[in-house]
Amino acid sequence: MTDTDDLGALRAELLAKIAATSDEATLEQLRVETLGKKGVITLRMASLGQVAPELRREVGQANNELKNAVAEAIAARQAELGKAARTAKLAAERIDVTLPVRPEAEGHIHPISQTIEELIQIFAEMGFTVAEGPEIESDFNNFTALNIPPEHPARQMHDTFYLPPAADGAARVLRTHTSPVQVRTMLSQKPPIRIIAPGRTYRSDYDMTHTPMFHQVEGLVIDEATHMGHLRGCLTEFLRAFFQIDDLPLRFRPSFFPFTEPSAEVDIGCSRKGGQLKLGNHGDWLEILGCGMVHPKVLEMCGIDSTRYQGFAFGMGIERIAMLKYGIPDLRTFFDADLRWIKHYGFSFLDQPSLGLGLNR
Amino acid sequence: MKFTLSWLKDHLDTAASLDEIAVTLTRIGLEVEGIEDRSAPLASFVVGEIVEAVQHPNADRLRVCQVNVGKDALVEVVCGAPNARAGLKTAFAAPGTIIPASGETLKVGAIRGVTSNGMLCSTRELKLGEDHDGIMELPAAAVPGQPIAPLLGVDDPVIEINLTPNRADCAGVRGIARDLAAAGLGALKPIDTTPVPGTFKSQGHIVLEATDACPIFLGRAIKNVKNGPSPAWLQARLTAIGLRPISALVDITNYFTFDRCRPLHVFDVDKIAGSTLTIRSARDGETIEALNGKTYTLSEGMTVIADAEGPESLGGIMGGERTGCSAETHRIILECAYFDPKRTAETGRELQVNSDARYRFERGLDPDGLFDGLEAATRMILDLCGGEAAETIVNGAAPEWRRTIEHRPTRVATLGGVGVTPERQQEILNALGFATEIHPAGFTVTPPSWRADVEGEADIVEEVLRIEGYDKIPETHLPRTVAIAQPAVDAAQRRVAWAKRLLASRGLEEAVTWSFMDGKIARLFGAPDSLELVNPISADLSVMRPSILPNLIHAAVRNAARGFGDVALFEVGPVFSETGQATIATGIRTGLSSGRHWTGKPKAVDAFDAKADALALLASLGMDTSKLQVDANPPLWLHPGQGGLIKLGPTVLGTFGALHPDILDAIGFDGPCVGFTVDLAAVPLPRSKGTGRPQLVLSAFQPLKRDFAFIVAADVPAEKLIRAVRGADKAMIVDARLFDVYTGPGVGEGNKSLAIEVTLQPVERTLTDVEIEAIAAKIIAAAGKETGATLRG
Repeated sequence: MTDTDDLGALRAELLAKIAATSDEATLEQLRVETLGKKGVITLRMASLGQVAPELRREVGQANNELKNAVAEAIAARQAELGKAARTAKLAAERIDVTLPVRPEAEGHIHPISQTIEELIQIFAEMGFTVAEGPEIESDFNNFTALNIPPEHPARQMHDTFYLPPAADGAARVLRTHTSPVQVRTMLSQKPPIRIIAPGRTYRSDYDMTHTPMFHQVEGLVIDEATHMGHLRGCLTEFLRAFFQIDDLPLRFRPSFFPFTEPSAEVDIGCSRKGGQLKLGNHGDWLEILGCGMVHPKVLEMCGIDSTRYQGFAFGMGIERIAMLKYGIPDLRTFFDADLRWIKHYGFSFLDQPSLGLGLNR
Repeated sequence: MKFTLSWLKDHLDTAASLDEIAVTLTRIGLEVEGIEDRSAPLASFVVGEIVEAVQHPNADRLRVCQVNVGKDALVEVVCGAPNARAGLKTAFAAPGTIIPASGETLKVGAIRGVTSNGMLCSTRELKLGEDHDGIMELPAAAVPGQPIAPLLGVDDPVIEINLTPNRADCAGVRGIARDLAAAGLGALKPIDTTPVPGTFKSQGHIVLEATDACPIFLGRAIKNVKNGPSPAWLQARLTAIGLRPISALVDITNYFTFDRCRPLHVFDVDKIAGSTLTIRSARDGETIEALNGKTYTLSEGMTVIADAEGPESLGGIMGGERTGCSAETHRIILECAYFDPKRTAETGRELQVNSDARYRFERGLDPDGLFDGLEAATRMILDLCGGEAAETIVNGAAPEWRRTIEHRPTRVATLGGVGVTPERQQEILNALGFATEIHPAGFTVTPPSWRADVEGEADIVEEVLRIEGYDKIPETHLPRTVAIAQPAVDAAQRRVAWAKRLLASRGLEEAVTWSFMDGKIARLFGAPDSLELVNPISADLSVMRPSILPNLIHAAVRNAARGFGDVALFEVGPVFSETGQATIATGIRTGLSSGRHWTGKPKAVDAFDAKADALALLASLGMDTSKLQVDANPPLWLHPGQGGLIKLGPTVLGTFGALHPDILDAIGFDGPCVGFTVDLAAVPLPRSKGTGRPQLVLSAFQPLKRDFAFIVAADVPAEKLIRAVRGADKAMIVDARLFDVYTGPGVGEGNKSLAIEVTLQPVERTLTDVEIEAIAAKIIAAAGKETGATLRG
């Protein structure tokens, strides 16, 4: 009986000590003192052999219970103390998460680049490829091959920048339109031809609505059967896709360009109510581009048999369509590299235009 | 080209409204720029008759007028005009009227103690002319209270069309009327072509030498003319289209320029030196004082009409001051000629003189209508100025204009995209003045004399289409040649778009700047003289850019001036050299790369920011950047010690570095500025054509890392040491990263310490210590051999 009483007292004493520990080191020390190799409980269990055989089972069981109870209490206390210590550590690690993050700069794509990629997407869908040509052009490619002889009044419509003549004496100009790319393409490629040529163009003019450099996109289709109906269809589909207005009306007006015959200027529907320009089927018209059937003389000058081949060409201002689509009010701001403007009117580098995934966000 | 509605109706018999006319003009290719209703601002102005005009009691120059404005009571108006007199009918404005010239609303006012209940107006106040010497003098027949607009002929709307350069015929009202009639808007009125018989033989002589430049020249003397002001209707028409009435004779020539597209000229015979007019080429250095008051120095090849004293008229362009008409003129020679378009354009361009005559001659006038024009003008001169006409002197012959064009009616459908019956085509062509002869294969078409622009079948198709209406052309899909769209760009073109997006992703903003720049700066970047524009728009846009860097630095200056000093900008665009143009990706960073922030100290941009941009771009283009070398000999515009060339073997792919302070000073930029360039075309395109990648081989064994600290001479490029280390055992060493650079105590004067972390990748089994030691020895040996490096103790 005494033995069992002792055991009860010891259990109560140990559990009280465990509960009273306030740190993991003291608890560990207590564990060693009780359950360690020379711990009081371990020793007790080791001395079971000295107990009278008839009592051994009972004492052994009691010892085991004691051992288990103490071990459990230590584990529980350990968990409690660990949690408290973690909590205290976390409390000490508090930072002001409202502080601002490190700045990361994101650049933007210029509206001209974005617009060019958009129109490449749309024309690719119609089977066009992109052609290019130099911006310093021969007078021949820029004018003569396009049926604009030197004395032609149409040359006055182009305020041309001139460079000193080339080494071979040929007159050099900054191309006044992207049309010389038509010439280069036809001289180097056999029909069927279906190209667009976006790029820089230059005219000696600088005011509210003109800059000495601007961008155009040229289109050229040459085969045996393309007629003005195709021109209408192609431009209608392009402009509707580009401006994302399904019922955008187009008006074709007879006009004149030396390099096309018949020639047309194209207007798109708009409204100017309250001084606000809005595209769509609203009754008013806005001129957007020039086009026509490639002049037989141009075909011949580019080595293409005009009795067999025909086709259309068009040209439009890239800044102009970008201004209309994105509501950019002033042409001159395109070339100023004002950070505020680029951040406002520019596009995320992730905004890669795609017909499949949507042309715009 | 401007004209008025009533002027059009002189030639067109039509019931169409102004609106219908405007819509039709645009539809057939005579695009309406605007329609000006000049009567609108004059709506409140009425005829006022001054019944009494008495001296103002308190002012010498003012009169107090009692004005009858068509109401029961007279209106008292104070007026300062010298011509304010009883009986005068003039323009009256009641209080509340907006005065066109000032835009102000008229109020009842007291002028020196006398109330003025309105205003009597001058021509200038109504914005109808320049006259401000007195108030308007309206015809005696004007009825008080009647609106003045119809009296002045300003109730006639002015239509302005944007005439394309091919349509010389529509630089005359009659041509426009003809087009409208063909478009079904009425009938073209016949014109009187009866000749005016000459009553005497002209005394003077006309010698036509320059028959190439002027194939035909008609001259007609008219004597006893009186050259006063032209009648009100003529003045009103000319004023309406923006011309200043001068005198009857001058006004008549201007009238025919616009009415029939028939420029004429009138010489005052008494001012002609000698009795002969010669149409000849100018001689180098001859001068002429033209009617615009300017003196031009002429050269061989320009066409002049000369008398004994030299040139007195620039053929087809402008008359001369010396023989121009005046109020005293009573004997004239009326000129009606055909000047060659090409020469007229050349002369006009060379002398930089524009005129209504040049505009028409250079576009090619009707060579067949000279006689009709001369007769009609003679008749009007006799009607308005009196006098007697001599017999016409004819020199030369009209150039042959008749030509035929074979036209297949099916071409309207196959080229124009819309079917039009041959009958309808013929109807349209005939209405436009084209003669048609029908044969089994199609039409033989003879264009009229006034349509020099029509040359071939395509032009005939356009004529038919524009009158039939472009809106009748149905929209047709372009046929697809393949079911699925192919890429529109090639690999090189695609890179341009990639480069932009890569640089934007690194925080650089895309700029698009001029392709030309300041010549002074351009020369610092090596621009040759051959890239200087002959006619630049200004000195700072005078040379094709040899580099984009200066434009971006200029942009940084502008942004700094707006308060943004830390700039990261790029442009991918053309750069020009003697050999052509190249697409160069260029970027700059200025100011701080990381600004003030609570996490650390601000850091100014340095050459490594630019190097990082260039390398990231090259990597995105598919370059293995470990194969690139940096050559620390930068171009002249970079800091000589803080920049370099990025090379692949001997090929320079790009440059980077801090900008040379001389360049920044020249541009006017203050602060740190670094930049890079990458020549996109110089970067080799990836060779593989397929889509497959080499198989990924993964090692089962962990890589291990060892650090080596070397001491080398301070001028040894780090890249050389890294390369030596990497090359020491190509099978095992997969990476060598330089992580520390140290100079100072412990490494010796003139030396530096470079610490490199080497990554070894065992392939077949874990490396033993002995094997690792062997590799380390190879690394140390290679470093020593290539760079003289020793392991730091």
